[in-house]
Amino acid sequence: MRAAGEQVVIGDIDDLSGVYADVQGQGGIEAAKMAIADVGGTVLGKRIIVLSVDHQNKPDIGASKFREWADQNGLNMLIGGSNTGVSIAMSKVAAVKRVPFFAIGAGGASLTGADCTAYTVHYAYDTTALGNGTASAIVRQGGKTWFFVTADYAFGTQLQEAATRVVVANGGKVLGAVRAPLGTTDYSSFLLQAQASGAQVLGLANAGTDFSNSLKGANEFGLTKTMTPAALLAFISDIHSLTLQTAQGLYLTTAWYWDLNEETRAFAKRFFAKMHKEPTMTQAAYYSATLQYLNAVKAVGSTDSDLVMAHLKQAKINDMFTKNGYVRADGLMVHTMYVMQVKTPAESKYPWDYYKVIKVMTGEEADGLQPDPTCSLAKK
Amino acid sequence: MTTLFGLPLPAILGQLMLGLVNGSFYALLSLGLAVIFGLMGVVNFAHGAFYMLGAFAAYIGLQFLGVNYWCALILAPLAVGLLGIAVERLFLRHLYQLDPLYGLLLTFGIALIAEGIMRGLFGASGKSYPVPAVLQGGFNLGFMVLPIYRAWVVLVSLTVCGMTWFLIERTGLGAMLRAATENARLVQAFGINVPLLVMSTYGAGVALAALAGVLAAPVIQVSPLMGSSLVIVVFAVVVIGGMGSIVGAIVSGLVLGLIEGLTKVVYPEASNIVVFVIMAVVLVWRPTGLFGKE
Repeated sequence: MRAAGEQVVIGDIDDLSGVYADVQGQGGIEAAKMAIADVGGTVLGKRIIVLSVDHQNKPDIGASKFREWADQNGLNMLIGGSNTGVSIAMSKVAAVKRVPFFAIGAGGASLTGADCTAYTVHYAYDTTALGNGTASAIVRQGGKTWFFVTADYAFGTQLQEAATRVVVANGGKVLGAVRAPLGTTDYSSFLLQAQASGAQVLGLANAGTDFSNSLKGANEFGLTKTMTPAALLAFISDIHSLTLQTAQGLYLTTAWYWDLNEETRAFAKRFFAKMHKEPTMTQAAYYSATLQYLNAVKAVGSTDSDLVMAHLKQAKINDMFTKNGYVRADGLMVHTMYVMQVKTPAESKYPWDYYKVIKVMTGEEADGLQPDPTCSLAKK
Repeated sequence: MTTLFGLPLPAILGQLMLGLVNGSFYALLSLGLAVIFGLMGVVNFAHGAFYMLGAFAAYIGLQFLGVNYWCALILAPLAVGLLGIAVERLFLRHLYQLDPLYGLLLTFGIALIAEGIMRGLFGASGKSYPVPAVLQGGFNLGFMVLPIYRAWVVLVSLTVCGMTWFLIERTGLGAMLRAATENARLVQAFGINVPLLVMSTYGAGVALAALAGVLAAPVIQVSPLMGSSLVIVVFAVVVIGGMGSIVGAIVSGLVLGLIEGLTKVVYPEASNIVVFVIMAVVLVWRPTGLFGKE
């Protein structure tokens, strides 16, 4: 094995086998490799290699693997996949080992709030932006009364809080909420309660198969005829597996969509050739984060974590993922977000033609003007 | 509005109705487990995986082979049942002499392999299966709209449960099966092919799981992990009913579905543990389960 100093090591710790494996998973690793290929496979004359491991949605596995790579494999940068719980555990390691950590798949806004570190970059989206997107678009269209079906863990409750703030601030009202255990397959009881509440909007503060199964149930019990379903987090892989027949009309917020412009389509075409599906927003973010990290290394002429982080926090991010994005003092990458509506089967003209843009939000609209005051870095 | 225990009556009736629907799923799944345990002494941890394979068999049939829902109701359990027979013939058969723990480990391993293969082929987020056209829509019961499909599930499940009970408790074949459990060597001495009987029993138990999978396919996302969470609950149902008791499995499946439904109104956060709390209480009070033999 070559000495650590002769190569640049990028790690990926993600859910590769569980419920979130379709969101990034192998596709995320592939996207990171595409970015490495685009810089020629080397940076500062050193070969770039990728390590990856399945955290199985267990915080202890994620944190210990991160520590091991930092101690023994000369890890230079880590990308974190799904699961807010695992990412919070890994951010603690980033602070101790002083390794830049790009949190991509996890949504919890606390990663750049109470749990922020000098080495964390929260890259693709967070619960605040999701709430500001979907919830404000629907409230402004007249959806004033809400009922939430919320996944009963940190991510779900943070998401519900973010959406509630937006609903209330825009003159709306939350009529009720029910916390469904993670991994519930039958949502009918919760949906019946939502129906009985008489609310106009059904807010789904969950993700993955929880989201799919709750939306499927809403269709079956006829809720989608009387209520507007609002997905607070849905990936294109979810819409693809649900089919347009079930998902049509749904509002959702996304950081990226493959069919936005020529650049996104070009990336998607390359990705599709390898993975046989269109990339999710977070897979695109894997590409972008890897590229931006390597560009920063090139710019400062070193893999020194402090120099790289300083560069990342003052440079603009411009690539196929976003334009004029920037990393705020608290570590949040502020960038454009899109409120989308899922097309009807009749509106969809070609494979994976799933979204129409309802609203383009600037990074400040999505995440506010100021860094999160609960983050210690924001006070300086 | 009329209320009961401080809750509106329509809400309670609605939840009870849904509890009945879920209970019939539990009953069908725990029935297969109870048959396999009662007649073979095997703790079949692969039951959830066979349920998942049943749902995928229906999906694959519809997408690639043009097999509609109605044919899938027969063909998917048949195909998965044959797979179960192969598992019994090739692996499980060699473990009967050993501690039941070995059978549990083997079937658990098979479940993990089946989930891994299906995840590799179809991805983790699963696939959508449409509700058959004839069963779309709903009945308005006044307090809720009951989708026709859910009513159909209750009907099929109760019919199949009744037929299985009748077959095992009231027919000559059932008598042979029960005799073979009590004293296999004696039954063999009467010229009955006991290994064949056991193999078919496992196949039938597995087919019941697959049937539940086909019934579930239109209402939940067909995904590789759909069985792994359910199998634990179903085990609890079987333990509460009394390991191996056919009637116990059916009755406790239905009753626990109802209790779970009510919990979702009163305290939803507890809805995924209420079954286990009841299991603990029953085990303390009656270690053999509600319908188990002392």
